[in-house]
Amino acid sequence: MSTVIPHPTASTATEATQARIEGYNFAYLDEQTKRMIRRAILKAVAVPGYQVPFGSREMPLPYGWGTGGIQVTAAVIGPDDTLKVIDQGADDTTNAVNIRRFFAKTAGVATTDRTVDASIIQTRHRIPETPLTEDQILVYQVPIPEPLRQLEPRESETRKMHALEEYGVMHVSLYEDIAKFGRITRSYNYPVRVNGRYVMAPSPIPKFDNPKMDRMPALQLFGAGREKRIYAVPPYTEVKSLDFEDHPFEVETWEENCALCGAGDSYLDEVIVDDQGTKMYVCSDSDYCRERREAGHVGDGGPNSGGPQ
Amino acid sequence: MSARDPLLQVRGLTHRYGRQVGCRDVSFDLHPGEVLGIVGESGSGKTTLLKCVSGQMQPSEGEVAYRTRDIGTVDVYGMTEARRRMLMRTDWGIVYQNARDGLRMKVSAGANVGERLMAIGERNYGHIRNEAVDWLERVEMDIGRIDDLPGTFSGGMQQRLQIARNLVTKPRLVFMDEPTSGLDVSVQARLLDLIRGLVGSLGIACVVVTHDLGVVRLLSHRLMVMKGGRVVEQGLTDQVLDDPQHPYTQLLVSSILPV
Amino acid sequence: MYVAVKGGDQAIENSQKLLAEERRGDPRVPELTLAQIREQMSLAVDRVMTEGSLYDPELAALAIKQARGDLVEAIFLLRAYRTTLPRFGIGEPIDTAAMAVRRRISATYKDLPGGQLLGASFDYTHRLLDFALAAGDERPVAEIAPEGVEPGMPHVADILNHEGLIEAEEPDADDAPVFDLTRESPRYPADRAARLQNLARGDEGWLLGLGYSTQRGYGNNHPFAGEIRVGEVAVEFAPEELGFPIEIGEITVTECQMVNQFKGSANVPPQFTRGYGLTFGHCERKAMAMALVDRALRADEFAEPIEAPAQDEEFVMAHSDNVEASGFVQHLKLPHYVDFQAELVTVRALRRKAGLAVDGPDSAVPDAAE
Repeated sequence: MSTVIPHPTASTATEATQARIEGYNFAYLDEQTKRMIRRAILKAVAVPGYQVPFGSREMPLPYGWGTGGIQVTAAVIGPDDTLKVIDQGADDTTNAVNIRRFFAKTAGVATTDRTVDASIIQTRHRIPETPLTEDQILVYQVPIPEPLRQLEPRESETRKMHALEEYGVMHVSLYEDIAKFGRITRSYNYPVRVNGRYVMAPSPIPKFDNPKMDRMPALQLFGAGREKRIYAVPPYTEVKSLDFEDHPFEVETWEENCALCGAGDSYLDEVIVDDQGTKMYVCSDSDYCRERREAGHVGDGGPNSGGPQ
Repeated sequence: MSARDPLLQVRGLTHRYGRQVGCRDVSFDLHPGEVLGIVGESGSGKTTLLKCVSGQMQPSEGEVAYRTRDIGTVDVYGMTEARRRMLMRTDWGIVYQNARDGLRMKVSAGANVGERLMAIGERNYGHIRNEAVDWLERVEMDIGRIDDLPGTFSGGMQQRLQIARNLVTKPRLVFMDEPTSGLDVSVQARLLDLIRGLVGSLGIACVVVTHDLGVVRLLSHRLMVMKGGRVVEQGLTDQVLDDPQHPYTQLLVSSILPV
Repeated sequence: MYVAVKGGDQAIENSQKLLAEERRGDPRVPELTLAQIREQMSLAVDRVMTEGSLYDPELAALAIKQARGDLVEAIFLLRAYRTTLPRFGIGEPIDTAAMAVRRRISATYKDLPGGQLLGASFDYTHRLLDFALAAGDERPVAEIAPEGVEPGMPHVADILNHEGLIEAEEPDADDAPVFDLTRESPRYPADRAARLQNLARGDEGWLLGLGYSTQRGYGNNHPFAGEIRVGEVAVEFAPEELGFPIEIGEITVTECQMVNQFKGSANVPPQFTRGYGLTFGHCERKAMAMALVDRALRADEFAEPIEAPAQDEEFVMAHSDNVEASGFVQHLKLPHYVDFQAELVTVRALRRKAGLAVDGPDSAVPDAAE
């Protein structure tokens, strides 16, 4: 009962460049398609936060599982790149493993778990805790690119609302939260305004990660395959979470620290360890947690370690 | 340009639906604080006219010009859609016959009133809330129900909510399409009274479309009578109602009970 | 004890081995061949080709085998393959009036040029389970008609068109660009070509339900099955080097022309309107449902009120693709624990604010447990 299993992390070293499979173009997509996607990316970078329609291809991965992110990654990746793929912040969740395998197989590029070693990071639902640099690209997998979708289901109408900057309805929904619950209750996919112009869905990252988007040195690219949209936040661009002056945007906080590395500044996963619902908290970002432990940081080991509560 | 110039100028306005004519060659001026009633039976073209005049439907021919607060008189259909929509949600108001067309049914009364403020950049929840409370009071609604959905209110209360939602940005011009039809007579009377009070005290110009002569007698300064898409008679409300010249107006006046 | 959920290469690899084993089933039972599927599951093959939008019975059979008979999965496999194929150009429009017809029925005329041709159909079987079929080794033979089918078989719509009774269908100019749903992102409002492409690839069940709804008053069409025909048509392609079209093969298609509610205006005297359905292979139910939905989606064109789901272009088109729908519905099984954690934090905070215990009913004092 007292064993604490180390944090879920896969191999720590950069894997050797693997041999590509035969019969497919580099990174699966044909060059013409990549050019089409790159054009969409360039347009997206030129108009931060604007959703650029693109001729999304059918990928050998189900829609909703990262087809947009994969296409964006495939369009920007080169043989010298080092790829990291995370899902829920971790490198070893099945979907992350699957996508990493896909690129190892079709592009033969080096892959890594280490945030600092990656030149491209494809992510679902998190931004790494380690600050990113100008030399990195963060590619988000996006299920619903339209931040106004839940308020207005019609594409024809939401396009007009963006064009005319009619975003009052977005604040109406935040107003309703406060009127009903006394605070803004959106906890993930929290809408942001990019460069003072477009309201944008940050993808379902927890709002905890929203501040990291603001003036991030790395290029942020967003791909929505099923919805056939690409959008971007260029380096050092302002990204502001929507709020009210008297109900400012706030991020999640925990009273606990990570049970493994003791971090008090990272996003925590709640892990239920027994039938009585006993909980422990560990870093969602598996690489960050490992780096800290390697640097000698230790957590209290969780509820079964007998450590301090 | 002075305060005495017309707020709204309509010239030669015609609208066709295919070969069907909705309204034909209508012209009028509307001055600040003035209330214009447009009466006629259904199919007379009055709703078509209202839609064209209020920026909701581009007429086949003719002009609609509006004197803005900042950049003088502008052609309503000549400006960009962005500007027109901005005008419509700030300096104008539209009260629909069916509250469902004018309210956001899935959000609370307070959010309905606050929406326009948020649309023009108000970002203080407390201010928005206070304004909403204030306006609900002014339209004589129970402020205890500020967080209730519009669907839970009676028809008369929904119309009051529509009015509050429109007036919160202090518009200078409000269009009303049959604002009291479908309501009980006693509810109608109280609502008309409220509208008259608000319009008068705030100096709002209004175009009111109705088939009910009682409504125009109570609200409007001037009156236009429409039939078959044309204006058949117009003048001061009392004058038209007390001494109708056109046979159709005579028929209308004689067929209703005195208010 | 805390055991972390480990995904990893090994788990995925093992899962795929298990999948292959389950697909094969009991090894004492002979393995299915692609030819068996192609020949004896031909309607499944046809559906997979239609919704997979790739005419290749052999590959469709492979997809069905690989997908263990899950047709939506098979459609997905075929689509993922299709997307890697090079594109040589755009073929000539197929001429269904020149079809070598196997089945042709009209509900609007008792007899008509070319005649009614029942062909192979489930329609008049009594749906009695055929236990002789269970025994196997059956070799049914249908008799050959003494005389062949009449060569000319004009479309019912063309017959109506002679009298001007049905709206004329004007083809686009030959050099007009063809919208390609698989290469471009749809824009709304969409044109009819984009809609028909979408419906042709759309899920049969989705179209069937929507088509059915129009018959039950949700966007009434007053349809008549003007004609349904199944048969082989030539596919022609004009290579740039040649400058004229050559026949490159033959495909089987099902076509349905619905004759619908007449319309008229001051300029145009009343005429019937059309709804169109076309599929690869023999997919009669799908072609008919498609024709109903096509007509319903033309509501705007005929100034009909758009009130029913089947008339709502964006609603119908955005949700018709079963590869998209299946992926997005099933993505819910991917981990969402980061977002769920965010919701937990929020709900706990709200409950704390409301003065409720956060750690279950046993905690007497709020906040004490945390």
